[in-house]
Amino acid sequence: MLSADQGEAQRFRDARIRLARLSSAEAAPVLRTMAQRVRRDDLQMIYRARLGHIGGDFSVIDILVTLYAAILNVDPARPRAADRDRLVLSKGHTAGALYATLAHCGFFARHELETFASPLSALNGHPNRTKVPGVETNTGPLGHGFPVAVGIALSARLQASPRRTFVVLGDGELQEGSNWEAAMTASHYGLSSVFAVVDRNRLQQGARTEETKQLEPLAAKWASFGWEVREVDGHDHGQLLDTFRRPGTTRPVCVIAHTVKGKGVSFMEDRVEWHHKVPSAEQVEIALRELSA
Amino acid sequence: MSHPTQTAALHDCRGAFADTLIALAREDDRIVAVCNDSVGSSNLTEFKAEFPDRMINVGIAEQDLVGVGAGLANGGMIPFVSAAAPFLTGRALEQVKADVAYSQAHVVLCGQSPGLAYGELGPTHHSIEDLSWLRAVADLPVVVPADPAQTAQAVRWAAAHPGPSYLRIPRIPTPDVTPPGSSFQPGRALQLTNGNDITVIAAGTMVSRALQAARSLADEGIQARVLNCAFVEPLDTEAVLAAAAQTRGIVVAEEATTTGGLGAAVATLTAQERPAHLRLIGVPRSFAPTGSTAFLLEHFGLTADHIAAAARDILAHDRR
Repeated sequence: MLSADQGEAQRFRDARIRLARLSSAEAAPVLRTMAQRVRRDDLQMIYRARLGHIGGDFSVIDILVTLYAAILNVDPARPRAADRDRLVLSKGHTAGALYATLAHCGFFARHELETFASPLSALNGHPNRTKVPGVETNTGPLGHGFPVAVGIALSARLQASPRRTFVVLGDGELQEGSNWEAAMTASHYGLSSVFAVVDRNRLQQGARTEETKQLEPLAAKWASFGWEVREVDGHDHGQLLDTFRRPGTTRPVCVIAHTVKGKGVSFMEDRVEWHHKVPSAEQVEIALRELSA
Repeated sequence: MSHPTQTAALHDCRGAFADTLIALAREDDRIVAVCNDSVGSSNLTEFKAEFPDRMINVGIAEQDLVGVGAGLANGGMIPFVSAAAPFLTGRALEQVKADVAYSQAHVVLCGQSPGLAYGELGPTHHSIEDLSWLRAVADLPVVVPADPAQTAQAVRWAAAHPGPSYLRIPRIPTPDVTPPGSSFQPGRALQLTNGNDITVIAAGTMVSRALQAARSLADEGIQARVLNCAFVEPLDTEAVLAAAAQTRGIVVAEEATTTGGLGAAVATLTAQERPAHLRLIGVPRSFAPTGSTAFLLEHFGLTADHIAAAARDILAHDRR
C-alpha cells in the first residue's frame, strides 16, 4: 500500500482551505492550472508505460481535479477515515487520470507515477484499493462502480453520517445494465447524498456512443429514473464547482458533464483512435507545449 | 442393522442461518442484510421485522445486489448478501470477483437453496456450478456447512473474518452431524469418524450420507474415515494428504458438479502431492433432467449407497 506524501498532503490541506474561501469563478483558474499539470504527468506516464487510456483520461481530469481539490472532504494522510467523502471511479480504465490526480493531492509521492504499469507497481492499469490510498473499490470491468457507490451511500444513511458519495461514470459505460439497477436503487431509497457524474465525451472505444448504442435522450432517462439532472461543461471548473457545491434536495443528483475526449491536445480532441493510442516522442513534445500554454 | 439418519430429525439450515444473523445483529449494529427480493426465501422475514432499516432489498438485480454489498462494507457495515445461489454466483460472478474478492471487501455472500434444492425448477435454478466458479476466484473462502450447528458457526465466523467469504447454506433437510463442542477453523476439516481403510470427504448435505455409508461399510468390517470438509477453500491440505497416505483411497461426495468443486480440489492436490485412488461423487458435467430433489439425488448417485459402493470399488482395485 502506498502512503501519503506528508509535504504534499499538508499543501493539499492548505490549498483546500484557500479554495473554500474563493467563489467558483475565483477558484476556477487555480483548478485549471492544476488540471493541466495532471494532464502533463498523465501524458508522460502513458508515454513511459507505452499504454493507457489517454482520451478518456483527458476528458475526466477536470472533473477529478475539481472533486479532489475543492469538493471532497478527504485527507490524504487519513485515506480510510470513516466519514471521508467517497469518490468511486467507475470508468476504471482511466486509472492514469486518477493516479496523477491523487499524487498531486498528496495521497502518495508523485515519483511513484513513474512506476505506472511497470512490473509489481501498485499502479496497475486499473485501480486497486488494497494498494493505492484514495481508491475506494477495484474497478475496470464497466458497470461496477455505481452499485458500490449506492452501497456506500446506504451505509452513510444507516450511520447518520454526513458524508457524500460521488461516482464518476463513462458515458459508454451506461450501456451496462447494472448502472440502471443502481440508479433505481438510489432513487428508491432517496439517496440524496449520491452524485453520479457522467463523463459525456460521446465516444467509446470503437466509435461514437450514438452510433454504437444510442444513449440520448440521456438527461430524460436519468430524470425518469427519479434523479435530479444537472448539465454542465465538464471542462469549466467554475461550472463544475457550482454544481458540486449546490446541495441536493431529496433526490440523488446526476451531473451530465459534457466533455471532449482527449481535451487539451489539439490532435487528440474528439478523435476515437485516442481512446488508448500511445503518443510518439514528437507528439508528446507537441502535447506538452499545448498543455503548458 | 439400523441407519439412524433415516429416522433422525431433519433440519433445513436456513433457520440456523437466520437465527444466528438476528443474534449477531442484536450484538453488533454493523450487521446488515442485503437481498434481491428474496426476504422470504432467505428466511429473513423475522430479521426484517426486528431490523427494518438494516434489511436492504435492491429488488431483482443481482449485480446491484453484490455491488451494494461491497459499498456497505466500504462504509464500515458488515453486509450479509443473500440470494438464491445460482443467481448470486452466476449472474453476479464478475461483481463477486472484482467488487468483493479482489477488492477484499468484508462481504458475506450467502448462497441460498444451493445444489439441487430447486429440483423440478430445473437447471436454471440448480446451483451446481457455484463451487467450481468460486474456487477459481482468488482470496475468497468457500464454505459449505453441513447442518444447522455448523451453519451457525459459519455465520459467526464470516461476521468476524475481516475479508470476503461465500457461505453455501444447505436447503435440503439434513440430520445433525456436528458433534457438540466441535471447533470451526478456516481451512480445517472436521474428522467425524476414525478409520484407516478408506476415507470419505464430504461437504454440506453429503456429510450425513457419508456417515451413513460409513456405518454400512463398518457392518462389513471396513473402517471409513469421514471428513467434513466445510472449507472447500481453503482446503485442509494436511487432512487430505494424511488421508491419501494413511487410507487406501478417497471418495469425495458433494452436491455440485465434479468439474471443479471439492472433488476436483482433492484430485488436484493428491495427483501432485500424494497420488491416491479416488472416486468423485457429484453431478457430472450435464444439465439435470426433470425431477424432484430426491429423484435427482438418486439419479446422480448422491446417496449413501453410492458412496459405500465407490469405497468398495476402490478397495477391490487397490492391490496394496
